[in-house]
Amino acid sequence: MKARVTITLKPGVLDPQGKAIEGALADLGFADVASARQGKVIDLELSATDEAAARAEVGQMCEALLANTVVERYDIAILA
Amino acid sequence: MRSAIVVFPGSNREHDAARAIRLAGGEAPDLVWHTETELPDVDLVMIPGGFAHGDYLRAGAIAARSPIMRAVANHAERGGFVLGVCNGFQVLTEARLLPGALMRNACLTFICRPVGIRVERSSLFSWRYDKGAELVFPTAHHEGNYRADEETLRELEGEGRVVFRYTDNPNGSANDIAGIVNAKGNVLGMMPHPEDAVEAIHVCTDGLDLFRGLVGAAT
Repeated sequence: MKARVTITLKPGVLDPQGKAIEGALADLGFADVASARQGKVIDLELSATDEAAARAEVGQMCEALLANTVVERYDIAILA
Repeated sequence: MRSAIVVFPGSNREHDAARAIRLAGGEAPDLVWHTETELPDVDLVMIPGGFAHGDYLRAGAIAARSPIMRAVANHAERGGFVLGVCNGFQVLTEARLLPGALMRNACLTFICRPVGIRVERSSLFSWRYDKGAELVFPTAHHEGNYRADEETLRELEGEGRVVFRYTDNPNGSANDIAGIVNAKGNVLGMMPHPEDAVEAIHVCTDGLDLFRGLVGAAT
């Protein structure tokens, strides 16, 4: 089973990299961009076959290591 | 004072730290590899600067989950001194021994220059300085932008746990925070490098009194 964890900064947490991306897009003429936020994606291959069990296990991984919940939040998607 | 310096793959300030501790009158520190599960019997555990595990995932994240960090937490729990500098501060926040997080510098650049620091309060680590004293410490970091939620910031300020503040904030840190202690006051994390301001070849020797203070507090 494959799982994808998407980690993003919590709303309100300053994201200087997102700001830099915003600025670069504006420089390229993309005037429509109101805001850009940068995050990260971690793909996991698991031996679990049960989706609920996989989701619970990945949730524990996020809390233990993958996300710093002081400033980040995470979203878990089971891909296959 | 007996001390141990924890070394991770990618640590690079452990020898500066050891030299500063010896110059301040401490015994030569034991260097302890991150895979160890026990610390020697010491007064101070120092987490040095560097790029532990290449800053992969988040600065300090992998190091904070190392086997040795359980022993460091126990040492702190028993009231032992813990000092984390730069990457060491990042490790201590990731290990939740200190609140908050160190984010990418607001200016996005790596900062490598001396910065002004004001001593906000007396503590185990700062008692040899006058309150309000302005010091100069070198900095070298990319993720030094201290962030915590409003409630945590209020708690830190209310309990007087901000020990060092930037006089001219270089990295965007909330409340100009350069260094904080835990509630008990025995764990300090700071971004600037006191161990690199201890002898004539350095920009100044303002850092020496921090280590002398620890040596004095331990005896």
